[in-house]
Formats: sequence, C-alpha cells, structure tokens
Amino acid sequence: MTLTQPEKAAVITIWTKVATQADAIGAESLERLFSSYPQTKTYFPHFDLSQGSTQLRGHGSKVMNAIGEAVKNIDDIRGALAKLSELHAYILRVDPVNFKLLSHCILCSVAARYPSDFTPEVHAAWDKFLSSVSSVLTEKYR
Amino acid sequence: MVHWTAEEKQLITSIWSKVNVEECGAEALARLLIVYPWTQRFFSSFGNLSSPTAIIGNPKVRAHGRKVLSSFGEAVKNLDNIKNTYAKLSELHCEKLHVDPENFRLLGDILIIVLAAHFARDFTPACQFAWQKLVSVVAHALARKYH
Repeated sequence: MTLTQPEKAAVITIWTKVATQADAIGAESLERLFSSYPQTKTYFPHFDLSQGSTQLRGHGSKVMNAIGEAVKNIDDIRGALAKLSELHAYILRVDPVNFKLLSHCILCSVAARYPSDFTPEVHAAWDKFLSSVSSVLTEKYR
Repeated sequence: MVHWTAEEKQLITSIWSKVNVEECGAEALARLLIVYPWTQRFFSSFGNLSSPTAIIGNPKVRAHGRKVLSSFGEAVKNLDNIKNTYAKLSELHCEKLHVDPENFRLLGDILIIVLAAHFARDFTPACQFAWQKLVSVVAHALARKYH
C-alpha cells in the first residue's frame, strides 16, 4: 500500500495542526486505547495508567514523535523507523493486531479535535498512512 | 446475553438522542466506501462511486446510509435483546447479500470516528468504550446466523 502524492499532501497538511497538540493527542489516544481495549494494558504492567499520569503523557509524546518522524520522511518511512521496527520486533513484540487498535484511537482523537479538517479524503489518507507505519513496525517480526 | 451497566446504557442513549440519523448514516457509509474502497464491491448498482466527491453526493449512498443507521437505532432501543433483533438481518446478509462479516466491524469503527468528529470533547474515552462495545455486539449479532 503506497501513498499517492495527494495522500502524502493530506497527511502533511493535517500534521502541521496535530503537531501543535501532539503530546495531548498522544496521551488521549492512549487513554482511548486502554479504555476501549483493556487487553492492550497488558503491555504496560510497569506503568501508572491513570488519566493524566506522567508516564501516560510521556509515552503518548514518544508515539507522536515517531509519527512525526514518519511524516517528515514520508517518502521513506521504512528508513525513518528502522530502529523502531527492530525494537518492536525483538524487544517489545507487541502483537500486530494492536497497531490497528492504536491507529483507530489516534484517528478518533484527531477527528474529535479537528472535525472540519478531518474530511473523508484526509481520513482515508491518514488511515492508510498509519497502516503503512504499522506495517513498517511489524515487518521484522518474522 | 450482553450485560450493560447503567452508565454504558446512559452513554449510548444520550449520544444516540442527538444523532441526526440521515446525516450520520450518509457520512458513515460514504466514509466506509472512501476509506476502504474494496467495500464498494457490494454497491455496483449505486452508480457513480468514482471519487470521494461522487460518493458523498451519491443519493443512493445517502439513502442507504440512512437505512443502515436507522437499523442501528433498533439495537439502541433493544440493548438487552440485540441478538434476536438482528436474527433476520443476519440471515439476509449471509444468504442474499453475501457480505463478509469483517465489513460490519469496519463500518462500526467508521461510525465511531464519525461520532467522534460530531461530538468532539463530548465523545469521551468512556463514551467510546460503550460505543465500541455496542458496535461489536451488533457486528457479532449480524454474523451469528452465517453458515
């Protein structure tokens, strides 16, 4: 699944807005993830997952920074996320199904904050982009 | 039988009471066809689906979206009996429409995103939880009679 030029443009345009609230969106996305899909909490037994916790905010930032890197290097997401890909494959080993769940929650958070910008075309481009990112992060699993 | 807490029921019904079924239904179906274009396979009789603009403006898409979401309303009205509410529809989707149940999950998630966009901050994580549960139960009920 490769992104077309218009899709890349749509991703980059919304990102400039999302980036201004990246930390909050990251934390909210994780909150939605853990709340709607409690099984995802099994990857964070060492975390304080209460709303607004420092660890939650910190991890949300980490996730959004990585997505930002992918946006900045949208023509070479594989190269940009190579280290993260190895981390997920050999150390974290988060089951691939969970990337879809987190992607969905990120879309919910973005839609809730930027409803008029989140047109069907932008929605499609972002769904595809996050799917690409997820693919890269799981491609070394086996 | 699905167990709903009082809070979950309240979160579902309060959001539903503010939903414009025609608008939300049209939007949800249009987004499904745009974001997951392979779902267009079920709608070859709908005419022009060649672009997002065409899909959004397509009167058959709007009408069908409204029909689908109205049916969802039956689930909201019968939270304690969703399985039976959808028994006949399940048979229809299997025997006549030949729809892969994965599509019910896709549409359910799209609906959640549409609700998030409409209700913004009011669509809290707790709200999303209740609605994810609902769309999951509906998808399950629709797949139940497949053979």
